Amino acid sequence: METIALLLILFAFAVMGLFVPIRYGNRFAFISSLIVFAYSLYLFLTFPISAEYQYVADYSWVQSLGIHFKVGIDGISILLVMLTTFLTPLIIFSVRKSEPRPRAFYSLILFMEMALIGVFVSMDGFLFYIFWEIALIPIYFICLLWGGKDRVKITLKFFIYTIAGSLFMLVALIYLYLHTPAQHSFDISALYAAGKSLDPHAQSILFWFFFLAFGIKMPVFPLHTWQPDTYTDAPTQGTMMLSGIMLKMGIYGLIRWMIPMLPQGLAQNAECMLWLAVAGIIYAGIIAFTQKDMKRLFAYSSIAHVGLIAAGIFAFNGQGLQGGIIQMLSHGINVVGLFFIIDIIQSRTGTRNIPSLGGIRLKAPYLATVFAIIMLGAIALPLTDGFPGEFLLISGVFKFNNIAGAVAGFTIIIGAVYMLRTYQNSMLGETSVETDNFTDLTMTEKTVLIPIVIMVILIGVWPNLFLKVSEPAIMKLLSGI
Amino acid sequence: MNQYAALIPFFPLAGFVIIGLMNTKLPKNVAAILACGMLLISFCLSLGVFMNISGQSNEVQLAPWISVGSFSASFTFLLDPLSSIFLMIITGVGFLIHVYSVGYMHDDEKHNIFFAYLNLFVFFMLILVLASSYLLMFVGWEGVGLCSYLLIGFWFKNKSYNDAAKKAFVMNRIGDLGFLLGIILLFITFGSSDYHIIFPKAQGFMSGDGMITAITLLLFVGAIGKSAQIPLYTWLPDAMAGPTPVSALIHAATMVTAGIYMVARSGILYALAPVSMFVVALIGVVTAVFAASIALTQNDIKKVLAYSTVSQLGYMFLGLGVGAFSASVFHVMTHAFFKALLFLGAGSVIHGLAGEQDIRNMGGLRKKLPITFLTFLVATFAIAGIPPFSGFFSKDEILAHAFTSNKLFWVLGVIGSMMTAFYMFRLLFLTFYGTYRGNEHKVHAHESPKVMTIPLIILAILSTIGGFVGVPESLGGSSQISHFLDPVFKPAQDKMMLLEGSSSVSEVALMGITVAVVLASILLAWYLYISRKRVPAAEGARLPALQNLSYHKYYIDEIYTALITKPLDKLSEFFKNIVDNKLIDGIVNLSGKATEAVSDLMRFVQTGNVDFYLLAMVIGIACILFFKLM
Repeated sequence: METIALLLILFAFAVMGLFVPIRYGNRFAFISSLIVFAYSLYLFLTFPISAEYQYVADYSWVQSLGIHFKVGIDGISILLVMLTTFLTPLIIFSVRKSEPRPRAFYSLILFMEMALIGVFVSMDGFLFYIFWEIALIPIYFICLLWGGKDRVKITLKFFIYTIAGSLFMLVALIYLYLHTPAQHSFDISALYAAGKSLDPHAQSILFWFFFLAFGIKMPVFPLHTWQPDTYTDAPTQGTMMLSGIMLKMGIYGLIRWMIPMLPQGLAQNAECMLWLAVAGIIYAGIIAFTQKDMKRLFAYSSIAHVGLIAAGIFAFNGQGLQGGIIQMLSHGINVVGLFFIIDIIQSRTGTRNIPSLGGIRLKAPYLATVFAIIMLGAIALPLTDGFPGEFLLISGVFKFNNIAGAVAGFTIIIGAVYMLRTYQNSMLGETSVETDNFTDLTMTEKTVLIPIVIMVILIGVWPNLFLKVSEPAIMKLLSGI
Repeated sequence: MNQYAALIPFFPLAGFVIIGLMNTKLPKNVAAILACGMLLISFCLSLGVFMNISGQSNEVQLAPWISVGSFSASFTFLLDPLSSIFLMIITGVGFLIHVYSVGYMHDDEKHNIFFAYLNLFVFFMLILVLASSYLLMFVGWEGVGLCSYLLIGFWFKNKSYNDAAKKAFVMNRIGDLGFLLGIILLFITFGSSDYHIIFPKAQGFMSGDGMITAITLLLFVGAIGKSAQIPLYTWLPDAMAGPTPVSALIHAATMVTAGIYMVARSGILYALAPVSMFVVALIGVVTAVFAASIALTQNDIKKVLAYSTVSQLGYMFLGLGVGAFSASVFHVMTHAFFKALLFLGAGSVIHGLAGEQDIRNMGGLRKKLPITFLTFLVATFAIAGIPPFSGFFSKDEILAHAFTSNKLFWVLGVIGSMMTAFYMFRLLFLTFYGTYRGNEHKVHAHESPKVMTIPLIILAILSTIGGFVGVPESLGGSSQISHFLDPVFKPAQDKMMLLEGSSSVSEVALMGITVAVVLASILLAWYLYISRKRVPAAEGARLPALQNLSYHKYYIDEIYTALITKPLDKLSEFFKNIVDNKLIDGIVNLSGKATEAVSDLMRFVQTGNVDFYLLAMVIGIACILFFKLM
């Protein structure tokens, strides 16, 4: 019941948001998302350390097809739900000017939050697919209506790209569904059983079908070319939703659906997938070296980070999976912080072009410090949030394949290079014409960034707070294969 | 005692947090007193630990940190003779440098944040030596890297300082990757990164075991980065961009010795890997000579000292590589005294000359800065290895061990000592003797305030007498320090089955040779820079080939830029413009275009002509029926 309540509350808020007076639009959405956060925090704090699904609700939906509205939360889901509900209020609060059509904007964000949570709690393959597609609709409109100058072309590409991937997933899901016992079912355990019963060859093909859907969403090299343009052109809040939360759908899909259903598919393709992911880490990281547009630079760095997560998951051992989970949290938190900082810089100077910046630390020490802390998280300094994940991921990959692990490890060097370059060229040195009148953080901006900074350090110092929650579910997953 | 000992690192941390958060709201002197006070408390606690340790090792558990299945790491501290010596060095020398900074940084506008960073640095350094597992050591390891980044680039308006800071961090990171992979291999091999699990288990391994060799080599890559050895040393000389007390603290007395500490701590592992030991000794001795040869021709007072640090660290690695663990730790200690003193002395000179660092513009300062001069003289004696100053005992112990292990190492070591004596006395003579060559009207050289000179005096005393804790038996001493460290290094020593030490007669003879060579070097420096009053050539003057090579540091920085930095940037652009935009996106767009092309073709079918549709339908039905019947 609690799970459904979470979804229903969000849905109700999203609809109500369309009718509140315009000037209260932001406040209403912010308070709504805070309420949802408070509720999910309560669920998190009372969450039993167990491998089983909690708060399960199961209603028959399309009886003739065996489709159920079945949702529940386990140790993996709760962390992603928390990530979503933690970031959404910050994202809403980060809106600086009054957007045109504000009510629609905020409603879409709340609606998207609902769909994302839906993805993370679905226990029915069909329902998962529905939520998966629903989540695309709001972000499509957010990018299309509030994006930058090339928005129409770029958003169309993004939309077609992800839809194409999703269709492969739909085909694969239906194929699996048809292999469930008579009176077919989309239930998660039925699909697991159906997938495992397939011969390795069939599993391998289905594996690639799913990979197209999930790999595009994350995105993994070489399925990533929609991402830098979309991140760059989307409005800041859209970029935050996409990079902070939405790409986790893809990773979650790997862990929750693809791998448990198709263990033989993994066995046959793990090596290949893992190398693709590792290649992406290095490739995207090196591209980030010379990017001048800050948003595009962080877009590429995001591909590199996600590549490492993917590699750890394909390695499929305790360290890799747990590292992937905690890295999803820290990546989401860091990337939202970083994109917000870009937004702040752009709103003050009118540019994101790194060479035109510089000297901001002289004018805005507070901003510079916050940026530094989040950057350290992004480059995985111990005692910040990036480290536990990155260390576990690299050791997971290393365990699977020593060389791949060593190559993946280069991320700690490459990341340091492009991050420190960016920091130096934007924050340090003398001020430029653009940054001469830079003002430090406002109260609103601090409100968004301080929780992020706290989380950067909390996850770094006390990762067990989260690792312990997902551990039983991960162990169950490992033993199930 | 142990419970209090666990607090040692947290006082500086508290100092960092308080000063960092309050920043300019705190009056300067309050921040300074707070920062120094926190360190003084840590020092007193460390002293307590040091006094009470007597060969035991105790663990203090604080909290769990990361755990996944059987894989776990916690915040646990280890107190044993080795960590207690490092505690003393870090908090003791660190405290003196803090006090000195009160004077040195007094007029800096970012005074408070400087002390916050210093405290944070000490915190991470203490974590590094107190850690009871490699993973926790890594926290301190990377943490000091961060602090050096912050402090080298402290004056962040200056681009070259920022570049130096970034370079330090990135080079350290290259080493850190090796260290990290080493830790992962440790986890895989021993199931843990805790010392108390690894070291006993390691004793069961055969000497020369492949896994242990791989682990020790990877860990050593980390040490190369942190302790600035070939080929990752170029960050350290550039790191002199930071305020001078930072150079003393981070780049002489403490941070760079982390690599030594780590190898010494892992003594048992290295003892099982003769190949790694050889590599350590080789890189150490080559770096010692190489860096010293660069120091011969540098004209920046801090650069000379920086290269001398690289060189001295090389000696320490030489010591570790030939199995003289306690001698290396001994040298870490004496080096901390005299090198901190040298840097602070240099800082005092720079302070007195309003920022001048070029020794060509100095000279004759001994009258104007008498205390600085006398203390600097003591430090120069110590580093050159003149008995009975501290550096003599520690360096000679390393060289004596090198002699028993490999004669060539010893020869190189002696050549290095010769160069060391030369460049140090060259520096001393050019700075303090002769006549003042700078602009007399612009700069009024003056002695530094007491808050700066008192730390100098204390360090000078330590540099003088610090060696007496390690007087070898051959000279009638009792090498207290090696007995003190014995419980830590015993297992490693047993594994190595060292050759019997050379007899005391030949040890004394070796010392005699070294001292003679050193004295000859000093005489040469005296002849050149005092008698002949020679001054290094001005910038841009043509130098003889060898001198030129040394002056330009063998062009190593330029080579790295040309071979690594530039090609990577080119590769980045190639990936972006060609692979990403043309190739991958080209394929993606092509599939879009193909769809369009197909639909263009299909469009001709959709003519809007109902007759045509009917015809097509009939044909279709006919086909279906036909195939059904077939």
